[in-house]
Amino acid sequence: MSDTAAGLAPNDKVPGSHLTRKMKVQVSPTDKMITVLTYVLFSLYAFICVYPFYSIIINTISANDISAKGDVIFYPINIQFHNYVDAFKIPGLWDAAIVSIGRTVIGTTLTVGASAFLGFMFTQEDMWKRKFWYRYTVLTMFFNAGVIPWYLTMRSLHLTNNFFAYILPTIVAPFFIILVKTFVESTPKELQQAASIDGAGTMTLFFKVMLPICKPILATVAIFAAVDQWNSFQDTLLLVTESKLYSLQFILYNYINQASSISNMVNLQNAGSTAITSLATKQTTTSIRMTVTIIVVAPILLVYPIFQRFFVKGIMLGAVKG
Amino acid sequence: MQIQKSSMKNSSIRKFLFILPFMVLLGVFAYYPLYGWVYAFFDYTPPIPLSKSPFVGLKWFYTLVENQVKIDQTLQIIKNTFGMSGLNLLFSWLPMIFAIFLNEIKAIRFRRFIQTVTTLPNFISWVLVYSLAFSMFSSEGIVNGLLKQLGVIDSPILLLQNSDHVWIMMWIWTTWKTLGWSAILYIAAIMSIDDSLYEAAYVDGATRMRVIWHVVLPSMVPTYFVLLMLQIASFLNNGLEQYFVFQNAFNKDSIQVLDLYVYNLAMGGGSYSVSVAISMLKSLISVVLLFSVNGLSKRLRGESIV
Repeated sequence: MSDTAAGLAPNDKVPGSHLTRKMKVQVSPTDKMITVLTYVLFSLYAFICVYPFYSIIINTISANDISAKGDVIFYPINIQFHNYVDAFKIPGLWDAAIVSIGRTVIGTTLTVGASAFLGFMFTQEDMWKRKFWYRYTVLTMFFNAGVIPWYLTMRSLHLTNNFFAYILPTIVAPFFIILVKTFVESTPKELQQAASIDGAGTMTLFFKVMLPICKPILATVAIFAAVDQWNSFQDTLLLVTESKLYSLQFILYNYINQASSISNMVNLQNAGSTAITSLATKQTTTSIRMTVTIIVVAPILLVYPIFQRFFVKGIMLGAVKG
Repeated sequence: MQIQKSSMKNSSIRKFLFILPFMVLLGVFAYYPLYGWVYAFFDYTPPIPLSKSPFVGLKWFYTLVENQVKIDQTLQIIKNTFGMSGLNLLFSWLPMIFAIFLNEIKAIRFRRFIQTVTTLPNFISWVLVYSLAFSMFSSEGIVNGLLKQLGVIDSPILLLQNSDHVWIMMWIWTTWKTLGWSAILYIAAIMSIDDSLYEAAYVDGATRMRVIWHVVLPSMVPTYFVLLMLQIASFLNNGLEQYFVFQNAFNKDSIQVLDLYVYNLAMGGGSYSVSVAISMLKSLISVVLLFSVNGLSKRLRGESIV
């Protein structure tokens, strides 16, 4: 896959663009209709994809009494940011934020490191039983024991209510290893050979030669791994009962179902303090729920537009292989 | 010579030792859970450890079909699984159409915008999808508020707490989340079409629809085939998260797919052994499915997909 094709292909090259210009003469009415319909339908679908995020954001920054009436539809009214201040008064939200950030940072670092190292090592043809171990790794993408057998084994390993349960199972990720391996194989062999002749050992080769070259693909792996960690919900659901170890995703799920008691609690806290609570800043079930939703989705919304091309690159490279 | 050979052997083993810790990790978290299948053959009720639980052989497999009530229950789960996986399979060509018509947009900025925006939902978790759905469609949600204001409805439409159209609703959420992203692979296929093919088609006086039909569509068939095969292979694996977050007292009967059912059995009802028995059957059937579609692919295209 050439680099232009991998880096968000459709935008860089329009197939037959020079032709369309030439052929403009014979645009039939059906063609015109197709064009119009295409634009309308795609605009509509884009709206459906974006509006939920947008409407929730403008609702959380509008006065709560107005948004509760359903008046906030296209733009915020009486802008206030009190909801976000209040949200962090919810007991457990800070803890969960720390857990989520912690697992994302630590987990991503280890996954990227392991994927880089294993992806590189699996290209070392003289490694003992290399083919076997590579198959052993890739095979795990195609089967799984099932959620409950997995839970039972995790429990027998004392990985319930344990922060390591978020990290250890994610370190070796076959898909990422394949991505790195494919990338390393596409680099000129002479690089490694030259370094070997200069007396570089395996580790020097990896850290000094390959790691710097692999940066682009590692960025892709990192962004995928980070999103996976941030979004992870099932492991908390199965393995964690201690509220100190809840992730943001998990407490968001809890809040959706019990937001009314939380809004009461926050209002009570505010009433006790000297803060003036008006109807505009009084927390309702809906305001709490929406505010927490935006807090949980914010990192994705911020990171995604910047790194979109890495995501696309990742899936393209993965597709080539498998 | 001898020394050189043994030192080469040493370096080969040393290289393996570097990756050994990672292979152990994979063994523990991917292969060792298979050992959990033994629970299916015991009458395991926590906190009594497995070693003290009685061996019951295939009892749990029989209980799935032991009387009419159980048969009906099992059938309902299978129906849900087949229904929802079937819907996804039935509309598996949608991303292809999405890619074709996205490619027809010649305004590059607009197309880039559409692509960025429609792939975004793929990167949020199911919990967040549920939360968005709840904010939009619950009784106090934005959509109900809007419709009430416009005077279209008097009482809120309860889209989420509803036992009707559950399969279709689940399909809609899945499509909303994944459509734009799934289209990317097809866009890649379109990109790899040789310009001369277009040229030839236009010279022959082909209309736009004919070009799509005769040039663009055929280029996507290989990709579609591989993805379709993989989708068939994971027919029984709907995943737990989506169905778990959307499940409630109203839709429980029609939303329980195999993955959710085994979870509810074990974590809700404490019936670990039955749950493991079902998991095991499901995994085995999935592996058979994978081999079958792989074999099919080899015969039809001379290429294996895994």
